[in-house]
Amino acid sequence: MSSFLARRFAYSLVTLFVLTLLVFFLGQVLPGNVGRAILGPFADQKAVEVLNHQLGVDRPLLVQYGAWIGRFLQGDMGQSYIYRAPVADFVIPALGHSLKLAAVAFLVVVPLGIAGGVVAALNINRPTDRIISLGGLSAAAIPEFVSGIVMVLIFGVWLRWLPISAAWPDGAGALTQLYYLILPAMPLVFVLFGYIARMTRAGMIEALDSDYTRTAVLKGLPWRQVIWRHVLRNALLPTITVVASQTGYLIGGLLVVETLFRYQGLGSLIYNAAKGKDFPMLEASVLIIGLTYAVATLIADLLYSWLNPRIRMDGGQ
Amino acid sequence: MTYVAIPATRNRRHEFFATLLRSGSFLAGVPIVVFWVFCSVFGPHIVPYDPLAEDVLNALGPPSSVHWFGTDQLGRDIFSRVLVGSRDILIVAPLATIMATAVGTVLGLITGYFRGILDDVISRLIEATMAIPGVIVSLLAIVALGTSEGTVIIVIGLSFGPVIGRTVRSAVLAERELDYVAAATLRRENSTHIMFIEILPNILPPILVESTVRLGYAIFAVAALSFLGFGLQPPSPDWALSVSANYSMISGGFWWTVLFDAVAIASLVVGVNLTADGLHGALDD
Repeated sequence: MSSFLARRFAYSLVTLFVLTLLVFFLGQVLPGNVGRAILGPFADQKAVEVLNHQLGVDRPLLVQYGAWIGRFLQGDMGQSYIYRAPVADFVIPALGHSLKLAAVAFLVVVPLGIAGGVVAALNINRPTDRIISLGGLSAAAIPEFVSGIVMVLIFGVWLRWLPISAAWPDGAGALTQLYYLILPAMPLVFVLFGYIARMTRAGMIEALDSDYTRTAVLKGLPWRQVIWRHVLRNALLPTITVVASQTGYLIGGLLVVETLFRYQGLGSLIYNAAKGKDFPMLEASVLIIGLTYAVATLIADLLYSWLNPRIRMDGGQ
Repeated sequence: MTYVAIPATRNRRHEFFATLLRSGSFLAGVPIVVFWVFCSVFGPHIVPYDPLAEDVLNALGPPSSVHWFGTDQLGRDIFSRVLVGSRDILIVAPLATIMATAVGTVLGLITGYFRGILDDVISRLIEATMAIPGVIVSLLAIVALGTSEGTVIIVIGLSFGPVIGRTVRSAVLAERELDYVAAATLRRENSTHIMFIEILPNILPPILVESTVRLGYAIFAVAALSFLGFGLQPPSPDWALSVSANYSMISGGFWWTVLFDAVAIASLVVGVNLTADGLHGALDD
């Protein structure tokens, strides 16, 4: 168990290291002359050099990387080029907003996806299974802005049941906020449903086919109890990993959904930073996302190994 | 996931196509894809109006017998634009997929054939890059490199490559234990020959399936990037661009300016995914 934990933790660190290298390279090396980019093509060369020196981008790359990581670890994410203010003041509240939207989507899609997978597995190769499986596959393939637009048209414009923007009035309570988040969460639910249902279905089919299920049936246990006690428990294990691994996708999805619904989360922050070439803001947001994702997958793996005695006992080979 | 390579015997190949032709998802997906490919090639010759011709006096007209899908805010005929709207994405997404397939095949062959420390290092790096949210890093790369179709192809190609590499690697791992590889080693063929001339032809089926699956994701990614303004650029009649340009007006009731484009994107991605699902199923049997 402890060697499994150590290895798992090392993986997360390697991933984060690669991510920082990638972000550093893309955000600080590739764009070239930062001072020129900020001041524009007609600025005085001297002014550009002074600004470059102030920003520290005229130092060797390794020194810049070290300083950048060092500052980030101390909570200093840099200054936004656009707002001329600390990036952290924008990134942290935006992260909170995004997590709220993601939580709504997950709360809806996890039970729904598991239920879909279970129903499909219990009706394997019958029409119900084909409808759920192909429906899930198709829903997962459709970009969020496409399903989002259609949902807005149906529920926002034609039926007028739900607000078409996610910006709730100031001081709105939790329930009002939830009301405003239903429509933005829908496209995320569509995409995630297919993945979760597919994994649950595969896990269920494997568990239904196993010796312990046959034993449980043969010893005369009621079918319902076989499913709840024996099959579901084992079938849901891989689903945990899928749910966590989808947080990475989810964040990409948030980018589109938040732009579509004008929601002030990390996605729209990244969108605006990308439009304005605000690299410090972009880098900090991407790193925060990487960190969130690494933590989520780590928790999922810990949960998985804790729930799965085979890994808990023998070190997880 | 294990793939069974199709032996070159006639019988098995016949069986593969027979399974494929019985697969509902394949039969449903292929016509949709063929339809859009046909439109992207011949669309400009069959549409009733020039997709780029503006007619401001007839702007934002609802669907009618003259303009079947209505007109957009510049008075352009939406039916004509939707029909030719697949052109650019059906160039960019397949090119990105071909690039990803090339990168992934080389990565997979090297890691699967040589194993050892090289495999360990590359595989860990592949896992690390796969753990990074692709859309976000693609966006950062596109902002850094500047928006152009070439950038989009390279960025998506490079970010999808490792995923294909993992599939190719597991296929190679199974294949390298077979007698024909041992025979080639005994003949003292060099590693490049064994990898590309001996092994590669035998693992083409799983590579094809994986590429088709990735093509679906590539279309998804290009559409999402175009919607955000970092993919295809105006005045392309691309569907995602049209949705992006018009969605702010739907609260005014101009639903036709986005609905037909949205449905078109949905049909294309679903078509590609159904095709991939059918291929996958036929290969697994």
